[in-house]
Amino acid sequence: MTDHALSAPETGTTWHLAEQEDHDHGGNGATVLGFWIYLMSDALIFASLFAMFGVVSTSYAGGPVPREIFDLKLVALNTAFLLASSITFGEAMPHMEAGRVGPTRFWLAITGLLGLAFVGVELYEFSHLIAEGAGPQRSAFLSAFFTLVGTHGAHVTVGLIWIAASLVQIGQHGLIQPMKRRLICLSMFWHFLDIIWIGVFTFVYLYGVIR
Amino acid sequence: MSTEPYDAALHAHGDTHGHGSRLGYRIGSLLAIVLTVVPFWLVMSQDGPAPGWIAAVIFALALVQIVVHVVCFLHLDTRSEGGWTLLAFLFTAVIVVITIGGSIWVMFHLNTNMMPMPGGGHIGPVR
Repeated sequence: MTDHALSAPETGTTWHLAEQEDHDHGGNGATVLGFWIYLMSDALIFASLFAMFGVVSTSYAGGPVPREIFDLKLVALNTAFLLASSITFGEAMPHMEAGRVGPTRFWLAITGLLGLAFVGVELYEFSHLIAEGAGPQRSAFLSAFFTLVGTHGAHVTVGLIWIAASLVQIGQHGLIQPMKRRLICLSMFWHFLDIIWIGVFTFVYLYGVIR
Repeated sequence: MSTEPYDAALHAHGDTHGHGSRLGYRIGSLLAIVLTVVPFWLVMSQDGPAPGWIAAVIFALALVQIVVHVVCFLHLDTRSEGGWTLLAFLFTAVIVVITIGGSIWVMFHLNTNMMPMPGGGHIGPVR
C-alpha cells in the first residue's frame, strides 16, 4: 500500500486511492483465513481425541462408570460460564469495530472472568475425581476423559492468557488496526472452544450419564 | 486517518468475519441458550439409563447448536474470504465425521469379534 499515494503538485495535498482500503483489508483477510485454517486443524486434533474417547468410553476396567462420578449440576454451571463468555465476547466486538476502548476492555474482561470461572470449576472437578480414586490411571475411559477434557481446558487457559495480553495491549496501543486483527482472531478462537465444548458436554457428560 | 472511513470501507465490502449483523448474533445467542438448556433438562429429569430416543435427541440438538454457533458466532457463510473458509470447514467436517464415526464403528466391531469365546481358547471372527 506504500506506492498508492498520489501527490497533487499544485496543492501539496496527498490523495489516497480507494484501493488502499482494499489492500489493507486483503492483509486482514489473509490473516483471518490463515487463522481459520489453524482452527480447522485444531478441530482435527479434537476429532482424534473424541474418536479415542468414543472407542474406550465403556472400558471401565471395573472402575467407576460415568453415572457415579459425573455431577451434571457442576457441568451445567460450567457450560453456562463458557456459553455466557462466548456471548459477552460477542458484545465486545461492535465496540471494538467502532474503536471504543473502554467498553471493549470491559466486555473482554468479563469474558476473561467467565473463562477463569470455567477453568476453576474444571480444576475443582478434576481434583475431586482424582481424590475419589477416579484419576486418569484408573481405566481407559478415565484416561480418555482426562485427555479430551484436559486438552480443551488447556486451550481455554491459553485463551485466558491471550485475553489478559490483549487487555494490556489495548491499554498501551489503543484499538489500532493490528490490535483489531488480533482481537478478531481471538474471538474466533474463543467461539471455537465453545463449539468444542458442545461436543464435550453432549458426548462425554450427557450421553455418558444416560447410557 | 480516522477510523470512520475505514470501518465504512470494511462494511461496504460485505466483510463478515468477526462482526456479523447484531440481529443474527442476538438470535444466535438465544438459540444457543435454548439448545443448551433443553438437552441438560432432558437428561437431568431422567433417573438412570434413558431410552434411546433421548440420546438421539441430544445428539441432534448438539449438531444443530454447532451449526448455530458456526453461522451466528463465527459468521461462516458462502461469501467470506471468497468461499475458502466454507470450503475448509466442509473439508474438516468430512474428516471429523470419518475419524470419529469410522473409529467407533471399526473398533466396536473389532471388540465384538475379538471377545473370548466361551469354553474355548479360540479367538477370532465369530462364525
